[in-house]
Amino acid sequence: MSSPQAPKLFDRALLAARQRRARALGPATFLLDRVAEEMAERLHAVLRDFSAAADIATPGDELRAALQDRLGEVAAIDLGADERLPLAEGAIDLAVSALALQFVNDLPGVLAQIRRALKPDGLLLAVLTGGDTLTELRHAFATAESELDGGVSPRVAPAADLRDLGALLQRAGFALPVTDVDRIVVRYDNALALMQDLRRMGATNVLVERRRTPLRRATLLRMVEIYGERFADPDGRIRATFELVWLSAWSPHESQQQPLKPGSAKASLADAVKRMMPK
Amino acid sequence: MTTSASDRPEAGVDRKLLDILVCPITKGPLEFDASRQELISRGAKLAYPIRDGIPIMLPEEARKLG
Repeated sequence: MSSPQAPKLFDRALLAARQRRARALGPATFLLDRVAEEMAERLHAVLRDFSAAADIATPGDELRAALQDRLGEVAAIDLGADERLPLAEGAIDLAVSALALQFVNDLPGVLAQIRRALKPDGLLLAVLTGGDTLTELRHAFATAESELDGGVSPRVAPAADLRDLGALLQRAGFALPVTDVDRIVVRYDNALALMQDLRRMGATNVLVERRRTPLRRATLLRMVEIYGERFADPDGRIRATFELVWLSAWSPHESQQQPLKPGSAKASLADAVKRMMPK
Repeated sequence: MTTSASDRPEAGVDRKLLDILVCPITKGPLEFDASRQELISRGAKLAYPIRDGIPIMLPEEARKLG
């Protein structure tokens, strides 16, 4: 449930419209395909049968298709503009989500809702884009805008820090949180081709504080120029970085490894240190 | 879709799906209206549409009940 004081960063109605437009344009799914494949591999490593799985807000069908062999039908659950999860308490034993949680306004609230929907010992496995995603585009836009428009407007979304995410998962009541980062560099002919792909991913600017006036042609062309000068390979093709932050966490259960009670140690630390010292 | 007939006695919707869904606003139970293809939340006075077998659990897409 969204807390009233959570600041609204993302215009989620606009995000839904952008994702519909992407589907209509013929979506660019290379990133989704790649994370779907990796998520299938990561799930393969979990020696466990899941009986009720839900996909939280992943755009498209690619993820559910990739997991079908392992999981059978996965329920597609949309978060909507208000970020409320329509799942009963303890209804599922697996929640997956790909490339969706970076556009959530109240991530602690959504994680807490997922945690409540999970049975004890249920698994959350998710991947979202991190703060270094499209760092080159952000840089090129900021430089072009400050040169030509006398100011910089927010164009690329802020992102959760990897260190914050583990703590966030724990605060949401999850046990055994694990996070890791994967970096993918994609090459394009130029920045316009990158922006075309972003449109077909439904991943263009949905920030509430975005500049409402249309992007000026001169600014766009200067951005493309700066991008080409600073972030091109010797063959002239440009690089675009996508940072993927993976997280996994379990809803608590007594069978999981627990910290021991203070004072319950069966071996003396002093003895252990003594054994390590050279005679 | 490879869901077998026995999994979906409720025309068009997966039974398992109906078991796990609640109203996103009240977190309360939903009633399935097979003739209108809707999931009714009495608490929120909203009817969530089911399109192509997929429940659309978004308050902004739901029909208000008088």
